[in-house]
Amino acid sequence: MTAVSEPTSESELAEAVAEARAARMPLAVQGRGTKSGIGRPAQTAATLSTVRMSGITLYEPAELVIGAKAGTPVAEIEAALAARGQMLPFEPIDYRPLLGSEGGPTVGGIAAGNLSGPRRISAGACRDSLIGVRFVNGRGEIVKNGGRVMKNVTGLDLVKLMAGSWGTLGVMSEVIFKVLPVAETTATLVLHGLDDARAIEALSTALGSPFEVTGAAHLPLGIDRVPTTLVRIEGFAPSVAYRSGRLRALLKPFGTGDVLEGAPAADLWRRVRDASFLAEPRDRAVWRVSVAPSKAAAALARLRGEGEIRHFYDWGGGLVWIALPAAGDAGAAAIRGALAGTGGHATLVRAPAEIRAAVDVFEPQSPALMTITEGVKASLDPDRLFNPGRLYAGL
Amino acid sequence: MGIAFPTPDADILARREAIVAGLARLLPPGGLVTSEDERRAFETDAFTAYRRMPLAVALPSSTEEAAAVMRFCHENSVKVVPRGAGTSLAGGAIPQEDAVVIGVSKMNRVLDVNFKDRTMRVEAGITNLAISNAVMHEGFFYAPDPSSQLACTIAGNIGMNSGGAHCLKYGVTTNNILGVKMVLVDGTVVEIGGDALDAPGYDLLGLVVGSEGQLGIVTEATVRILRAAEGARPVLFGFETSEQAGAAVAAIIGAGIIPVAMEFMDKPAIEICEAFAHAGYPLDVEALLIIEVEGSDEEMDFTLARIVEIARKHGVKTVKESKSAMETAAIWKGRKSAFGATGRVADYICMDGTIPTGRLPEVLRRIDEIVKGYGLRVANVFHAGDGNLHPLVLYDVNDPEEAHKAEEAGNDILRLCVEVGGCLTGEHGVGIEKRDLMNVQFDPVDLDQQMRVRGVFDRGWLLNPAKVFPLDRRITA
Ligand SMILES: Cc1cc2nc3c(=O)[nH]c(=O)nc-3n(C[C@H](O)[C@H](O)[C@H](O)COP(=O)(O)OP(=O)(O)OC[C@H]3O[C@@H](n4cnc5c(N)ncnc54)[C@H](O)[C@@H]3O)c2cc1C
Repeated sequence: MTAVSEPTSESELAEAVAEARAARMPLAVQGRGTKSGIGRPAQTAATLSTVRMSGITLYEPAELVIGAKAGTPVAEIEAALAARGQMLPFEPIDYRPLLGSEGGPTVGGIAAGNLSGPRRISAGACRDSLIGVRFVNGRGEIVKNGGRVMKNVTGLDLVKLMAGSWGTLGVMSEVIFKVLPVAETTATLVLHGLDDARAIEALSTALGSPFEVTGAAHLPLGIDRVPTTLVRIEGFAPSVAYRSGRLRALLKPFGTGDVLEGAPAADLWRRVRDASFLAEPRDRAVWRVSVAPSKAAAALARLRGEGEIRHFYDWGGGLVWIALPAAGDAGAAAIRGALAGTGGHATLVRAPAEIRAAVDVFEPQSPALMTITEGVKASLDPDRLFNPGRLYAGL
Repeated sequence: MGIAFPTPDADILARREAIVAGLARLLPPGGLVTSEDERRAFETDAFTAYRRMPLAVALPSSTEEAAAVMRFCHENSVKVVPRGAGTSLAGGAIPQEDAVVIGVSKMNRVLDVNFKDRTMRVEAGITNLAISNAVMHEGFFYAPDPSSQLACTIAGNIGMNSGGAHCLKYGVTTNNILGVKMVLVDGTVVEIGGDALDAPGYDLLGLVVGSEGQLGIVTEATVRILRAAEGARPVLFGFETSEQAGAAVAAIIGAGIIPVAMEFMDKPAIEICEAFAHAGYPLDVEALLIIEVEGSDEEMDFTLARIVEIARKHGVKTVKESKSAMETAAIWKGRKSAFGATGRVADYICMDGTIPTGRLPEVLRRIDEIVKGYGLRVANVFHAGDGNLHPLVLYDVNDPEEAHKAEEAGNDILRLCVEVGGCLTGEHGVGIEKRDLMNVQFDPVDLDQQMRVRGVFDRGWLLNPAKVFPLDRRITA
């Protein structure tokens, strides 16, 4: 058991970091730890958690902005927003189904993981909505960057660096997001029986139309083993009716399909978001692949013959979730080999700790970028206190 | 004038001939500008009150040439100022006497268009509008649309993280770029990001966008392109007070409507722009909103009906819909030429602070007081949906005392923006213009942290070194 520190304020947080620094004690940085299974196992002596720093600090619906302390449960944020008909635009993934973890994810955690769901294709990623942060750096200093206004180019954008840094650059104490109204109506067009390449073509056709698609996914095994392709549109009721009609006509060459609405559709998109189709069997490794959509199906085809593989696509084909046996390198060499030359990259999001210690969980970078990466780490966390080795070995 | 430049390095000035000769060996004929006359075209940008003659201007035609120039400058400890089209309003591209300007304007080709993936690869010197023009035939466009889009380059847009009138819906530059090729200070070429929607490791792309030429020279970019809506229609809403206009904006957003654009003009701005563009702006109102919606005709009718209903509740005096493509063009011409049109009636400095929109009426009143306090006039245009203000402080450039007052008034306005919870710059960048106000928005630890990150890319402060960070406190590690 390692020691757990749970500061209740930003100044306590800064003190905790300063103490750890003085003691040269590396820290596992986390909210509630629902995603502690992601990344390389870090060598840490103690855990620093933001769970006791909780609460919404700012919410101005008319300004489309919400701020909260980093340990605030995502559920609390989403409830507050829903009460005013608003939402986090990027549809953050909930990793609990996939990782089998418990407890309520915190808002600091979704920022640190840059967790973005299906609406990323139209509303941007978590990093696009994150407009302000306060964090404690590895020197124990409280730093702020960005702010509460949605247009801000004052100085270097460290907010972007914090998004997706997986707690390796600083411990966020407060985050501020841009929000959007929840659409009045949602409709999902469903096409059946398309193979991967055709399905991605259909999704590209939909996304290249003027009809504002906000979700574009393909499930090769569908719900009842029939390949299923999903296209979501959102907005005011008359507009959704009009656009779904136009889209169906446009997608005619790919089949007639039907329209799904209400709770079943919402549930389906939640499963796409959380990759819960791949949650079982639990002993499989799960990868998340990011690639230009037009190159995705061919890359997947190159994986055939690598044993039992299941996969599905989000982001119009630009995000591929892959499950395969967690043996050997859990498919690392095969997947990265299949992506060679595509510009795509792969992240191992679920695997036993031994495998995560042995393979590159996050895609290795070019030597020049790795040098910059090491420099950035040193500029924020010179003594490698925060999650050492979690992102890259030696970082 | 109030803004200082560092004292030029006498050693570099003394070595000018050798440096120029060295650069000439790296560039084809026409790639190096050395004569005083020709260099003069590069001595300032759109922040014309300040100018400095550069040592020389390199205009590479390829990433390799840019890299060779960077390597040479690095080896010789020569400072470098990256430049696109030089339309920065913050003095971001203004050179200094001991620096070589590296301009990317010759690198302006489209390298690849991929409609299926909705991405496009371009050289960094291409203009913003040329990107959209290259894909218009398929109904696509590149979303961020600075009013300077005819001239400004994607390199400069990346440098400043530029925005535009339609950013309320589509986001600013950083939300629409997927990757860049960049030459580091020592001539190393790196690819950051790519053509996928996210990239491994730290978000270095997010760091580079808006870094004002301090981290490297961007030579290529992969941008997202979008399919344009079926139609777009701007509507003019005239109000008797800016309070009413501000309340209407809040109520529209509160009703769950995010128009593509919501632009505000006050009376002086309306008059100036109408005289220039003959767009049919109402002249008997104190505040004008241009609200644009998109979609099919029926969809636009529907959304506009809702917006009009809200505006009526907030006492709108005139509502005027565009009835034709020509009227639409005139409405936008008026707004997009606001700066140019103002320039025809007076000299001006253009501020760019952002404020929480809820503070709008109060801030407008106080801006008026500030400017009147200096005995000057102000015209206000701004992006109402996101609180990005552009007060244009009018003055006479031939009157040094007035020029000084205008600068002081501008600084007071920016202090006010920070005081109410906003920031110094929403889209134009810090450059030299707001450099010495950075301490108003940031504490020393905030700036030190930014400089430490900057130092990862440029230990020796060779890249655009006079910008962004106050001169009196500079660190690298
Ligand atoms: C009339 C007018 C209207 C304007 N309207 C808007 C508007 O609506 N929205 C808005 O956001 N801005 C606006 N601007 C400001 C300006 O046009 C933008 O900042 C624009 O992005 C600058 O582009 P540029 O090519 O002229 O870059 P420059 O002015 O040449 O450079 C801008 C910055 O980018 C850096 N830079 C240039 N090239 C590179 C490179 N290759 N690599 C790295 N760094 C580089 C420079 O060092 C500098 O710091 C307006 C300006 C004018 C004059």
